[in-house]
Amino acid sequence: MTYEQRKNNRGFDETRPIEAKVGVIKRADGSAYFRIGNTAAYAAVYGPRNLHPKFLQDPARGILRCNYNMMPFSDSGERVRPGGNRRSKEISLVTEKSLLPVLELGEYPNSVVDVFIELPQTEAGSRCAGICAASMALADAGLIMKDLVTAVSVGKVGDKIVVDLDGEEEHFEEGSTDIPIAYLPNLDKITLLQMDGQITKDELLKAIEMGKAACKKIYEIQKAALKEKYVIEDA
Amino acid sequence: MMKFTVENKAIVVPGEVLAEGSGSIAGDVYKDGDFLRAARLGLLNTDNKALIALSGRYNPQKGDTIIGKVVDVNLYGWRLEINCAYTAMLSMKEATSEFIAKGADLTQYFDLGDYIVVKIYNVTTQKLVDVTSKGPGLKKIKGGRIIEVNTHKVPRIIGKQGSMVGMIKFATNCKISVGQNGLVWISGEPEKELIAVETIRRIERESHLSGLTDTIKQFLEEKTGVKIEERAEEKAEEFKEFRAN
Repeated sequence: MTYEQRKNNRGFDETRPIEAKVGVIKRADGSAYFRIGNTAAYAAVYGPRNLHPKFLQDPARGILRCNYNMMPFSDSGERVRPGGNRRSKEISLVTEKSLLPVLELGEYPNSVVDVFIELPQTEAGSRCAGICAASMALADAGLIMKDLVTAVSVGKVGDKIVVDLDGEEEHFEEGSTDIPIAYLPNLDKITLLQMDGQITKDELLKAIEMGKAACKKIYEIQKAALKEKYVIEDA
Repeated sequence: MMKFTVENKAIVVPGEVLAEGSGSIAGDVYKDGDFLRAARLGLLNTDNKALIALSGRYNPQKGDTIIGKVVDVNLYGWRLEINCAYTAMLSMKEATSEFIAKGADLTQYFDLGDYIVVKIYNVTTQKLVDVTSKGPGLKKIKGGRIIEVNTHKVPRIIGKQGSMVGMIKFATNCKISVGQNGLVWISGEPEKELIAVETIRRIERESHLSGLTDTIKQFLEEKTGVKIEERAEEKAEEFKEFRAN
């Protein structure tokens, strides 16, 4: 039941290589790209904009609509059937729930903010990559928000608690547990916590602490990417 | 006392700590215990204690002069699209000082698809926007072209007391109206219109650089061959004459 060595000599508390860019989709109000290992996500934000059908409108605040979509040949296995499925619907919903706590949509009654997350390539941790990209795109779109949202998956592979599971670790023969976490690094709050597998209470608490630490590192990358787009090259 | 934790003209992201201690910063900032944190992505100016927004859609404000497109005509007036999540209402009373008979065909004043320069005179909490087309410079737009710019760059395009847009107007001999909602109308000779568009795009791109007015002046002089210095002197002389009379 032991898991000794991770791929590419990665430490157990280390994430895969991360790349982040902001402003990648010209026509969107805000957009971002986030890649962690072999998982890549594009997020585009449109709005606040007019919401139809009218019965969806909320006179007290604007609403957030997220759409998570894996592209047809994004996964390592078979072709993903396009057009959404039960899984993508669920992930769209949890993404929305993890982003909503930071957004201040009271300023935009009856309107909608649309977030589209497209994944051209995936290998574990896709909802977390999607959330990271979406939060940067929302900030780029100039929305009023309390904090950025960072997300990473933690879990247990064999007997080890690890950060950011890759595809092989997720399917580890002797059992693995996958726990995606979305975290607000400045406000120290968790907005998403899911679990697939088995884990003891102490291990879970340890995993969450490791996840928070990893999120803080991811936050620095997100911050740098946002600043890079708007940086002032003084003449 | 308030102590800034980031330097002047730094780009800040949502949640970032801007300052410690008691005090306030203008713009979208919120208090979290002893800290002041940014509530949106922006540029912090520590001199006048303000967080300046850099991106985002237009948010209608009372007193803004904007450009709207007629998308519907109803019994009481016109509905305008104003490049944001909400539409604006131009009522019959606020449209013209002419007498409009009951049941008259309103499209003879403003038809569907017409662009109008209007001024916002009221915005409710539910973002119902009321506009007027009565006032100096408010009119229906004929001919020319409309371009879209970042609404947060509009103040730079207009310049101090309209100096920047005045310069473009003088050099290109185009009529230009800049709406706070990021729509800009340009009308003149086609080639000159293109120069004006290019200039505005450049201002938008380089709005944060210092010495922008000089760069743009040089750019315009190169493109059009019109000397802009003379204009300032001309204006000053005109003004002197005006004062003398």
